[in-house]
Amino acid sequence: MSTTESTASGIGPVEGASLYTVDNPAPLIEAPRARTKKTPKSTRGNFEMVAWLFMRLSGVVLVVLVIGHLLIQLVLDGGVSKIGFAFVAGRWASPFWQVWDLAMLWLAMLHGGNGLRTVINDYAERPNTRLWLKGLLYTATVFTILLGTLVIFTFDPNIR
Amino acid sequence: MPAGTLYRGREGMWSWVAHRVTGVLIFFFLFVHVLDTALVRVSPEAYDTVVATYKTPIVALLEYGLVAAILFHALNGLRVIAVDFWVKGARYQKQMLWTVVALWVVLMIGAIYPVLGHAARELFGS
Ligand code: HEM
Repeated sequence: MSTTESTASGIGPVEGASLYTVDNPAPLIEAPRARTKKTPKSTRGNFEMVAWLFMRLSGVVLVVLVIGHLLIQLVLDGGVSKIGFAFVAGRWASPFWQVWDLAMLWLAMLHGGNGLRTVINDYAERPNTRLWLKGLLYTATVFTILLGTLVIFTFDPNIR
Repeated sequence: MPAGTLYRGREGMWSWVAHRVTGVLIFFFLFVHVLDTALVRVSPEAYDTVVATYKTPIVALLEYGLVAAILFHALNGLRVIAVDFWVKGARYQKQMLWTVVALWVVLMIGAIYPVLGHAARELFGS
């Protein structure tokens, strides 16, 4: 067989004759990653995939919650001029707005916290810097969520 | 240049940069915003005093910037979701970006009066 012979596909012919024929097939080699009953459970979870999905799902919900919030606080009824303790008391008298604000708080903080985790992963290269930045981020995120939740649940219109 | 941050330029890269910058900005604002709202647990006076500073013209301008950041991040976030989940999303990413920008401009023009109106009345008299 000539090795200079050209083929339609542009790939040259393979050198040497095949050891196998239809009647003498090559042995089947099992795929190295095939999962069997004996395969141990993966020790890695799907955390990054879940986080990726959460960014998108929370994003869709946040569009409604945040744009609604901006409309109420900054556009309707005189915008920011009307805001004060009395206005807050009026809104949180309704469980509907309490749940709205609670959902917005949790989703936005977790969404933003996870987003910042990505940013830290991208730019902070030294292990120590990463550790400290993430420690600070997680502390601030948990603190803000807990403080906000506490404020919504323990709000007292007759505090004075 | 930090590893993994090299990108290919043009609309795709700049929208990503803007999405990242606005996202980080909004996060820091939210942190402060929860703190100031927590003042309702201190006293009505403490809360009203701080909120009064939010009604000044300078803060109104900052507020307009915040609205700009949130609206861009929200609209472009929906575009990112469309790129990821819609089969033709990647093919139309540029057209979607310009749609986002156009919508953003319209909304920002609409926000001028509600967000900056009271500041203009204060500065120039009503
Ligand atoms: C208003 C509705 C919102 C939508 C539709 C939205 C959408 C998104 C999406 C889809 C991503 C993922 C981008 C990617 O993986 O490339 C993202 C990233 C991010 N978001 Fe949002 N988001 C919203 C609100 C917020 C809020 C309120 C905050 C802050 C508390 C925030 C902070 C961030 C940050 C820091 C990132 C990471 C940016 C990056 O990795 O470059 N987002 N957003």
